[in-house]
Amino acid sequence: MRQKIILRVISKFLIPYILLFALYVQWHGDFGPGGGFQAGVIFAAGFILYAIIFGVATVRDVVPAAVTRFLLVVGVLLYSGVGVASMLLGGNYLNYNVLAATPAGGQHVGILLVEAGVGITVAASMITIFCTFAGRRPEEQPDGVEEA
Amino acid sequence: MVFMAITAIAIARLHDLFAVVMLTGMFSLLGAAAYVVMDAVDVAFTEAAVGAGISTVLMLGTLALTTRVEKISPPKNVLGGLVMVTITGAILIYGTLDMPLYGDPMAPIHHHVADHYLSKSYLLPGTGTGVGETGLPNVVTSVLASYRGFDTLGEVYVIFTAAAGVLAILGRARFARRPQDGTETETAGSGDADAKGGAG
Repeated sequence: MRQKIILRVISKFLIPYILLFALYVQWHGDFGPGGGFQAGVIFAAGFILYAIIFGVATVRDVVPAAVTRFLLVVGVLLYSGVGVASMLLGGNYLNYNVLAATPAGGQHVGILLVEAGVGITVAASMITIFCTFAGRRPEEQPDGVEEA
Repeated sequence: MVFMAITAIAIARLHDLFAVVMLTGMFSLLGAAAYVVMDAVDVAFTEAAVGAGISTVLMLGTLALTTRVEKISPPKNVLGGLVMVTITGAILIYGTLDMPLYGDPMAPIHHHVADHYLSKSYLLPGTGTGVGETGLPNVVTSVLASYRGFDTLGEVYVIFTAAAGVLAILGRARFARRPQDGTETETAGSGDADAKGGAG
């Protein structure tokens, strides 16, 4: 689909706003609808749109496979790490009250970090799954190997 | 709801899988609209993003790797299936007769821990003395991330495992194929072409 100029221009115009909206959903999830899961999916949707229009190899130039695999782990470890941090600070696992001076402030910090972990993992895994699926060629085509 | 039923019937009738995938996305979007009507905005958001967006794209990716026309197998034992479906549906409908009405404030599910969450999670200015237990206006987020933090941690692990599984099954395939020159489970012609592609 590289030749379709309308698709290229419009998607290039839209993708920054999709990513921006994902960030809004991520950080505004405390106050309105949204949160890590939705934000991660929307963030990944921006990359997937880019992959559909410009090809999976182009997206892999932007986020190499090593980066998404790394982020996949970072998100999970961030979530688990918040739990461990609250244990080290004297609370139960995932008890955010001890993370800051006041319990409500601790809850704010904990929920923000946890949602960030969720968003990172969801976005990375969606991009990984899509690129792994779309990076495979049907067996009949000769270009079976692609740089990942 | 009527549109959802129409879409479901169309999905069952069609054999062009591309159209079926598109209709599945439409079904999810209609489901999201139904959730909005029921004031479950967060769920609707997720349904629209995951159901209508990502899963449709993943299905299309799968279609690109396989074929887009369903192989029609001759129907066998239609009557038995019909009886089974009818009985199961009747039992399910019978089960819903005991359930409280939608929006019934006296329903048991609204009186276990939901009271605590709704009243303590965030105290509105003027009605309470503090910011509540989490200080978040969105109760859905406070339940998801704080009260039910372990559940959400498990969900994140599920997604992580899904991505890891896809990588384990599909991610390494093309690296494993290269040393064998594409001779595994393929016809000779495509295997040669594949080997050439691998060399180039």
